[in-house]
Amino acid sequence: MRSLLLLLLLVAARPTPARVLVFAAASLAGPFEEIKKGHADLGIDFQFAGTPQLVAQIQQGAPADVLASADEPNMKKVVDGGLAAEAPRVFARNELQIVVEPKNPKKIASLADLARADLRVALCAAEVPAGRYAREALAKAGVKVSPVSEEPNVKALVSKVALGEIDAGIVYVTDVKAAKDKVAGVAIPPEQNVRATYPIARMRDAKNADGAKAFVELVLSEEGRKILESYGFQRP
Amino acid sequence: MTRILAALGALLGVGLLALPLVGILLRAPWAEVPARLAQPAVRSALELSLVCSVSATVAGVVLGLPIAWLLARRDFPGRSVLRGLVTLPMVLPPVVGGLALLLAFGRRGVVGSWLESWTGLALPFTTFGVVVAETYVAMPFFVLAAEAGIRALDPRLEEAAATLGAGPWTRLRRVTLPLLLPSLRAGAIVCWARALGEFGATITFAGNLPGRTQTMPLAVYLAFETDPDAAIALSLVLVAVSLAVLVALRDRWLPA
Repeated sequence: MRSLLLLLLLVAARPTPARVLVFAAASLAGPFEEIKKGHADLGIDFQFAGTPQLVAQIQQGAPADVLASADEPNMKKVVDGGLAAEAPRVFARNELQIVVEPKNPKKIASLADLARADLRVALCAAEVPAGRYAREALAKAGVKVSPVSEEPNVKALVSKVALGEIDAGIVYVTDVKAAKDKVAGVAIPPEQNVRATYPIARMRDAKNADGAKAFVELVLSEEGRKILESYGFQRP
Repeated sequence: MTRILAALGALLGVGLLALPLVGILLRAPWAEVPARLAQPAVRSALELSLVCSVSATVAGVVLGLPIAWLLARRDFPGRSVLRGLVTLPMVLPPVVGGLALLLAFGRRGVVGSWLESWTGLALPFTTFGVVVAETYVAMPFFVLAAEAGIRALDPRLEEAAATLGAGPWTRLRRVTLPLLLPSLRAGAIVCWARALGEFGATITFAGNLPGRTQTMPLAVYLAFETDPDAAIALSLVLVAVSLAVLVALRDRWLPA
């Protein structure tokens, strides 16, 4: 028993090599993991979650070295709180798409179709960026939708469409692409679409400032941008 | 040495249990709490939570009591399987439970597909779905408490009543139920508290729609995304309710 306790203490207290802890929006999981794969020497660790949650954690003192946000208002909260070490830089853009079941069996062609009474539509909750953008797009299109659910994040919404429990929802282009053949996407025309901007910044209390800088530069580099593009993100 | 270690462990444990409570009470925006709780969105989440958790408790008692009786009094093949089935929702992560419910009762689910085509009734994303999710997760707490209560019954009392001429209905009403009542009540209260706090299965199976499926825990989770103070105010309600449950059950859990 005592040796077990000792072992636990040792494991908990062992000195860790300098690693970079990156807090990143859930939608960035694919490209960021790929960027990490090519640079094992940087010692990158990710925490992926909804941006507001990441921001709340940073405000509560979570030891993030870098924050990559899915929108500007949330990044602004961090900057205004004096928690960022630099002015955020936009590294990618994203757009919305209607996510439907493969082969689009309900023949959904536009945002206006989402008001159809025979459809089970879900949106992301207005509290998260994707939900706010979706409502902006619907307002631009002049469409009123009665969702059956306001999902807490885009991935949950995509999964419910993939399972066939939801007919359609509004998510990022990159989420549709990431789900491969499990779902299909219906384009939203530019005049109704909303562009999401993704800013990145080093954090003031970064324990590994050099590592943080290296990661931010990597994301902004040609290599980083190419990887982001391959996941459906657009250049800033 | 051992004693010091034990004391130290206990101290750390007490800290872990007490500090979150201290944290939420210290950080609570007390001045704003009444105004926040009076908001219509909060009221509807609170009402929905009460309606659903009480319904789930009634369902848990009605469906769970026969199971508890079987487990306590009858020896039959597959009894351990049944007990495993009852215990499963207690150990399963609720999100997994919600996903399993979706795959069973969803519109593409094994049962849900014909349920919808025969009756037009769809469970996911409805208030009824919330009740089903909460019942699934909370009923085991009632079943286990009721089973323990039934096991502890002295069968001789029922036999004595029978020899004195009491029929089965009278025996149940005048002897068995009154003896069982304390464990049934305790089981029902724990079941209700678990239903009230249910999050994972609900958001996975029933989704999140204010006024229809957004119960208090879901409202707390989403409020935290934009307005931590609102999340704290909502949490206080659930903390208060949980403490009230403890007080109600103090004879059972908090013997002086």
